[in-house]
Amino acid sequence: MMSRDREVVEIPLGPYHPAFKEPEMFKLYVDGEEIVDVKIRIGYQHRGIEYLAQRMTIQQVVFLVERICGICSTSHQNCYCQAIEDAMKIEVPDRARYIRTLIGELERIHSHLLWAGVALHLIGYDTLFMYFWRYREPVCELFEELTGNRQHYAMICPGGVRRDIDLKKMRPKILKVMKEIKEPVAKLADAVAGDKLVRARMSGVGVLTRQDAIRYCTVGPTARGSGLRIDVRADEPYAAYKELGVDVKVMTEGDVLAKTLVRVQEIMESIGIIERCVDAMPNGPIQAEIKEYPVAEGIGKYEAPRGEVIHYVKLNGTTVPERVKVRAPTYANLPSLVPQLIGYSIADAPIILGSIDPCFCCTERVSIVDVREGRTVVLTMSEFNEFGRKRKNPLKVR
Amino acid sequence: MEVIDRELAPLSKDVRSDRRVYVKIRREDVRKMAQFMYKLFEPLRGRLSTVSAVDCRSHFEVLYHFTLSQLGLVLTFRCEVPRHEPVVDSISDIIYGASFIEREIHDLFGIVFRGHPNLERLILPDDWPEGVYPLRRYG
Repeated sequence: MMSRDREVVEIPLGPYHPAFKEPEMFKLYVDGEEIVDVKIRIGYQHRGIEYLAQRMTIQQVVFLVERICGICSTSHQNCYCQAIEDAMKIEVPDRARYIRTLIGELERIHSHLLWAGVALHLIGYDTLFMYFWRYREPVCELFEELTGNRQHYAMICPGGVRRDIDLKKMRPKILKVMKEIKEPVAKLADAVAGDKLVRARMSGVGVLTRQDAIRYCTVGPTARGSGLRIDVRADEPYAAYKELGVDVKVMTEGDVLAKTLVRVQEIMESIGIIERCVDAMPNGPIQAEIKEYPVAEGIGKYEAPRGEVIHYVKLNGTTVPERVKVRAPTYANLPSLVPQLIGYSIADAPIILGSIDPCFCCTERVSIVDVREGRTVVLTMSEFNEFGRKRKNPLKVR
Repeated sequence: MEVIDRELAPLSKDVRSDRRVYVKIRREDVRKMAQFMYKLFEPLRGRLSTVSAVDCRSHFEVLYHFTLSQLGLVLTFRCEVPRHEPVVDSISDIIYGASFIEREIHDLFGIVFRGHPNLERLILPDDWPEGVYPLRRYG
């Protein structure tokens, strides 16, 4: 911690968050425009999921964990089921493994497209924001047709999947959507990488060094943007990734641009995986039977769009789990924001915070406190974003 | 893998599968474990995935889940923490990534991580009563 003399001003971002849709507390200590220290406080959205999970049956928890996250819902469900399968020693049928892969990769595409849009919105590039979201829409519609829901698909259960997919009918539709988004997304990726203004806002900003990425135990695109080749899909292939293969995308710069490009490349990779998946999907049963409830423990790991999810379950021989421990990827990446923010200006804070694709929940104000004059200015979200775009100090503007 | 096997040889190792290994350690050896594992982070693409605490009635169990991507392995170190003296050494000065989870376990289980640089509340609100730990199952 740096010593905070009178020159250093504290700017609380939150608990209602500036740039995202969920509450979190970031106290930025700034000297002029430069961020010199950061304090993070979480817990504003704590819903006691682990506590609840100890009071529900193993089958009910499947639906509880799905509601941990609205964007990567299948990730937690899949991860929990893998932990249960690890504890109960259940082999998942082949067709179920392929269906899990299909749902997981579709989710990655929609999540990354959503993030790319939000990130560009944060730096004021709303045209590309609209375009990215325009191509997310067909993916969500495809989800509705495949699972009955645009979100919260409820497809996965311990031992397999709950519903089968009518591949004869759905295969052409899936391939059509993939074809429809492939070329435009590649073009949009070029638009991001080649745009001078985007580069000016993202390149060299919010750098996370490889050393810090390791020390803070970061995961997912945040780690891969800093040169760490880690991806659960490739390192510990679950579902059908062993057969289908994954090309892990890594960049070494560690800045916001690197993290953005890693995600955009991953969308293209996911499209490839889905195309291979629907071609190779075998026929057969989709669920393995649970024969007994043992006293056992298991660990599930899953590569969510934001990084590694890990669930630890302990079973006590009844239908109610003794303990369910959940670790979401943002939890691992959040502390790494400290080295990413220090040394950059306040106006860079929204896009740096955004670059780890954090997942918390939503309101829209920021209070900026000028300690020297004891003045507080409360900004709405749109004012704060405006500030991020124009890079003007709101204390001076008002 | 040989390094791990050699170092962990005296400890009781429970190999559940080629991807899941559990090792039991003493409470006093937690820092030694962290130093040993941290050295493997760079060569074996490792990280501390998370720490789980479990209330086992007579004692607490703290499980350190390390991922070693190079080996596709989750190595879990398990240590017992007595109920009457819920204290264990902090490892967050060795592995920064442990800081949040140690604070969380301190909030929810009341286990004190000795030597943690900042063991403030993380999850529970500031006005939460002292001595009430929501995830303790047996009082």
